[in-house]
Amino acid sequence: MNTIETEYDIVIVGGGTGGPMAAVKAKEKNPKLRVLLLDKANVKRSGAISMGMDGLNNAVIPGHATPEQYTKEITVANDGIVDQKGVYAYAANSFPMIEELDRWGIKFEKDETGDYSVRKVHHLGSYVLPMPEGHHMKRVLYRQLKRARVEITNRVVATRLLTGPDGEIAGVMGFDCRTADFHVIKAKAVVICTGAAGRLGLPASGYLFGTYENPTNCGEGHVMAYHAGAELTNLECFQINPLIKDYNGPACAYVTGPFGGYTSNNAGQRFIECDYWSGQMMMEFFNELEGGKGPVFLKLDHLAEETISEIEHILHTNERPSRGRFHEGRGTDYRKQMIEMHISEIGFCSGHSASGIWTNERGECSIPGLYAAGDCASIPHNYMLGAFVYGKFCGENAADYVSGVAQSGLDAGQVEKEKARVYAPLGRTEGLTPFQVEYKTRRIVNDYLQPPKVTRKMEIGLQRFDEIREDLQHMGAADPHELMRAMEAHTIRDCAELAARASLYRTESRWGLYHLRVDHPEKNDADWFCHTNVTSDANGNAVFRKREVEPYVVELNEEEKSAYQRLRVATPAAA
Amino acid sequence: MTITITRTQAPVVIDEDKCIAEKGCTVCVDVCPLDVLAIDLTKNKAFMKFDECWYCMPCEKDCPTGAVRVDIPYLVR
Repeated sequence: MNTIETEYDIVIVGGGTGGPMAAVKAKEKNPKLRVLLLDKANVKRSGAISMGMDGLNNAVIPGHATPEQYTKEITVANDGIVDQKGVYAYAANSFPMIEELDRWGIKFEKDETGDYSVRKVHHLGSYVLPMPEGHHMKRVLYRQLKRARVEITNRVVATRLLTGPDGEIAGVMGFDCRTADFHVIKAKAVVICTGAAGRLGLPASGYLFGTYENPTNCGEGHVMAYHAGAELTNLECFQINPLIKDYNGPACAYVTGPFGGYTSNNAGQRFIECDYWSGQMMMEFFNELEGGKGPVFLKLDHLAEETISEIEHILHTNERPSRGRFHEGRGTDYRKQMIEMHISEIGFCSGHSASGIWTNERGECSIPGLYAAGDCASIPHNYMLGAFVYGKFCGENAADYVSGVAQSGLDAGQVEKEKARVYAPLGRTEGLTPFQVEYKTRRIVNDYLQPPKVTRKMEIGLQRFDEIREDLQHMGAADPHELMRAMEAHTIRDCAELAARASLYRTESRWGLYHLRVDHPEKNDADWFCHTNVTSDANGNAVFRKREVEPYVVELNEEEKSAYQRLRVATPAAA
Repeated sequence: MTITITRTQAPVVIDEDKCIAEKGCTVCVDVCPLDVLAIDLTKNKAFMKFDECWYCMPCEKDCPTGAVRVDIPYLVR
């Protein structure tokens, strides 16, 4: 086990979606920069889009939608709590990014005139663009990384950031999950693109890795940023998704909706007007499940054969292609049966909700030299295309930033402390296994944190997480692979504690099911029309503050503001 | 010693007649996001070493000889 010290101008942590884009754009901005893309897996197949993506969920394409309209839609989908400047910056750069991806060879669905075939899934506007051949996404990104001569290091798990005397970024540390070599990487800027904290709740199947998110994405970026002194935001706005029961992947209403598929109750009746994932939609989904009309299903069995064949082609070759194999095993056929759905375990993911490492409309975090993009960063409902757009912002802005600053010196104390923390489990031949510690943490997340949120349950959860903090000191790892799981157990515990504390801090209900507080059931705009930010104080305790919602750049009328409160179908009509 | 081994059936199955790990191929091992595959150095064939599968399928899709099959893990199936 060696200690390997290297130096770059910019290190991008996470090579899934936003990361490769950040790396390419930093090099395009300044080809002389030393740019490293670091991944705990292999960049060729890492991240949420490991097997590609079946479509763009938030394409803002002239003639179909405007940045103003999109900004309104995301504002109401988030109960008004948004940094509109950040959402607008995404929306205004959405189309140029689509055109660039098109030039890179990504195939989007077009009509006979060559125009993009945009579909309507959201409540108000049309932003969904299918990509039936989207399975080639990672290959296209990899080609661009090679072209731009980005350096790549695979199988290194980043664990902590290095900071300089003024709190600025000085680099990142981690270890190799095959050799356990310890990596100290000096850098003037770090871009975090580590995806969601997707291993927080335990899937209902009980299979630890049967998560909605790629289970590599367990919240390392969130925790690294937090321990380096950066602010995280709106962590109480959980991600909870409507998924294929047990399989725990998207069903997927975005793909099937435009073809005539929809979410139904056990009587085959539609009960929500719009299948776009929002807290309000999840609330109605939960009400139907709990109200005696569940299970909830995805209904496709009324569609024509050619339509179903097309849906199968998209769903069984993209994003989560093993869906087809799952249905085959269960004997479910879209033509004959409705597909049973369920609600997922909780997680942090700005791709679908609004939590994460706080960033502004330039991708900058609250400490100098730190940037974040994608599911780990705070721009809400950003999806894949948002990760690309903010990856671009982060890469370009980090490139500008590093040209004006000097590399901060290495703080040997930080390195020694982290090395001791990381290597501790390898020194224990006895003790708890990472599997046990992770399983228990996530089981407690389900028992006490899953909405509806109850104050007393959250408090008990926090007691358990405190006990598990002690357990971490008795966890052993037999090899470098198990060491990766051990350090992930640390990360998951930290995320669980922050999820509970953030939920207790906001004493109102908001975002539908995402933050349904039984003891504070009403929305309270007078006290809580604000973001919540959390940082770590000198003793490592979480300190929360309210952050005001900046003045809107796109105003909304009263009718628009309440649009997402009217999702339930008024009188269920027989299908 | 307080550590026990719990047996579990691996969802990724390797057809050893088709696997060409003995020729130096490590594609499935390289692409797995969870790093759960490895080469058995006595047999020179790939195998699933850790039951931590997302049934995501890069190992199956990228295998040059079609030697890998990803089944849905029993608990999820």
